[in-house]
Amino acid sequence: MKLDAYRTWDDERARRLIEAVAHLPGALLPVLHSLQDEFGYIDDAAIPLITDALNVSRAEVVGVIHFYHDFRTAPPGRHTLRVCRAESCQSMGSQALAAHIEERLGTPMESTTADGEFTLENVYCLGNCALSPAVMLDGRLYGRVTPERVDALLAPALTATGGAA
Amino acid sequence: MTTRIYVPRDAAALSVGADDVATRIAAEAAARGDDIAIVRNGSRGMCWLEPLVEVETAEGRVAYGPVSVDDVARLFDAGILEGGADTLYLGPTEAIPYFARQQRLTFARCGVVDPLSIEDYRAHGGYEGLQRALSMAREEIVAEVTDSGLRGRGGAGFPTGIKWQTVLDAPAEPKYIVCNADEGDSGTFADRMLMEGDPFTLIEGMTMAGVAVGATVGYIYLRSEYPHAHRTLREAITTAREHGYLGPSVAGSAHPFDIEVRLGAGAYICGEETALLESLEGRRGLIRPRPPLPAVSGLFGQPTVVNNVLSLATVPVILERGAEAYREFGMGRSRGTQPVQLAGNVKRGGLIELAFGVTLRELIENYGGGTASGRPVRAVQVGGPLGAYFPDSLLDTPLDYEAIAAADGLLGHGGVVVFDDTVDLASQARFAMAFCAFESCGKCTPCRIGATRGVEVIDRIVAGEERTANLELLDDLNDLMTKASLCALGGLTPIPVRSALQHFPEDFSRPAPVATTG
Repeated sequence: MKLDAYRTWDDERARRLIEAVAHLPGALLPVLHSLQDEFGYIDDAAIPLITDALNVSRAEVVGVIHFYHDFRTAPPGRHTLRVCRAESCQSMGSQALAAHIEERLGTPMESTTADGEFTLENVYCLGNCALSPAVMLDGRLYGRVTPERVDALLAPALTATGGAA
Repeated sequence: MTTRIYVPRDAAALSVGADDVATRIAAEAAARGDDIAIVRNGSRGMCWLEPLVEVETAEGRVAYGPVSVDDVARLFDAGILEGGADTLYLGPTEAIPYFARQQRLTFARCGVVDPLSIEDYRAHGGYEGLQRALSMAREEIVAEVTDSGLRGRGGAGFPTGIKWQTVLDAPAEPKYIVCNADEGDSGTFADRMLMEGDPFTLIEGMTMAGVAVGATVGYIYLRSEYPHAHRTLREAITTAREHGYLGPSVAGSAHPFDIEVRLGAGAYICGEETALLESLEGRRGLIRPRPPLPAVSGLFGQPTVVNNVLSLATVPVILERGAEAYREFGMGRSRGTQPVQLAGNVKRGGLIELAFGVTLRELIENYGGGTASGRPVRAVQVGGPLGAYFPDSLLDTPLDYEAIAAADGLLGHGGVVVFDDTVDLASQARFAMAFCAFESCGKCTPCRIGATRGVEVIDRIVAGEERTANLELLDDLNDLMTKASLCALGGLTPIPVRSALQHFPEDFSRPAPVATTG
């Protein structure tokens, strides 16, 4: 889920991606996932393409995009760090861990650093509850995460850019 | 001779470095000229020992763990390929007390087999249940599931066989099998572990459901937070198709059946079966009022079996060994085994499959070994974010549907989250309301508005504003949400809140924080 892997928005490519899954029964979520996997977010320009392909209203498409926490309407940072905030991780200090991450990167949860390097997202359970607290960096899961471990995970990106915050 | 070494591919094992360990083992063996084959198995469920490396020796599989990349060279020096002694040596895997004391039925193959080898699956009893089912009449298969006493493992505990019977009896065609793999409850990971460690069991169970009720299409609705399970399932489904276990003629029979995996998109409410169906149909995950039941009018308005991963994955062992054999486990109306997930602030967290009836204290003390922090246990939340917080005085409650319900809690999906004495139950109660507000689909007012008001009232109580009046107001709100919400999200959120108020009132009556000015 790295931005390196994301393409910039491209109408033609989007149209092809939509067509590839439009035949599925109840295709809207597969369509949106396919677009977000490719571009990192759902561009506004996607909406008329989807309404045409699936014969649904603009309101339905926009409603679905906004209903689901996963779908973004703006490009994310180069790296996405998801921090589990649910009960099991709370019992192992995830509140303090999130505060540490916010301070280290100089941006609050649910935001992107000013240099576009990191997007911080809350997530409610990564299913790694026996090894809490858990985070997911660019689709890779980490367990028993300490502030030191998270610093080590962030270090390569921070070194490359001269360090956030 | 080639020595087989098992390094799990389960996401929990990967989260603490299993991939790096596997790579290092391969490199070390190559450098030493040792002939090894690395099998990427599922997890045995002893998560605190991950990465748990197993070696197949003349005496059976022996375990080492938790292994880090820095241990690998030393383990080879110690003769790991012959089961040599080391500080990480744990002995024969299945003799480790945590594992040996379990009764593994649903998870019998998980961690044992290569999850993506259908040959391995068959060598361990896989598809024997399906063969038997294919020789039976539809009614007989359903009767076998009903007689086993299997109840929905997703949380509601509804008898699986009765649900299947309703779909079988429904005249409309087509019918669908939907697997609810939207395992959103904090403290639960059994579905994930099974899908990553033994995906063919779920595929076989869904196929049996299809054969039993006359459905030809199945959907697995998987949460997007599980990318590893997604890859494993897709690969396993392709393999099952290639071997003729899915497709126009299941195992050479007259039954067509196929499965598609669909991803959710981070909405907890989609674990509720009617919201899940809406989502599968490509809409917002709004609750549908019941009736009609999904068994009568479900996916695309057709008769639909909606079952949890573990319910479906337990059907193969029931058909393989017979309903009677399964019924022998358990107590009262809770038959069979419950895969408990021990999580949170606990020294030895993991998956423990046991006959219903083990107490919370046994789990936390004998299996869990107390808290990870070493501090006393103060509260235990059972059954996910909608489950009760139990104090020490209730830890002798046995884990079965009725006993937990009698203690004003719910078993849910079998998650047990341990908290030490640093926990503040007022903030946990507040979180329950905040989570409900965040995840509410908005369809009904008690949930949509009530949860937001709940957060505000708890804030006023904690701040010391008119405590008595606000506690009464909160009680009234809990009552309203319980009775008037359309589904379990709004209807059960009062459970954690009320349990916190009842068992930990002191957390709501601390001196109010001094207001800071300027």
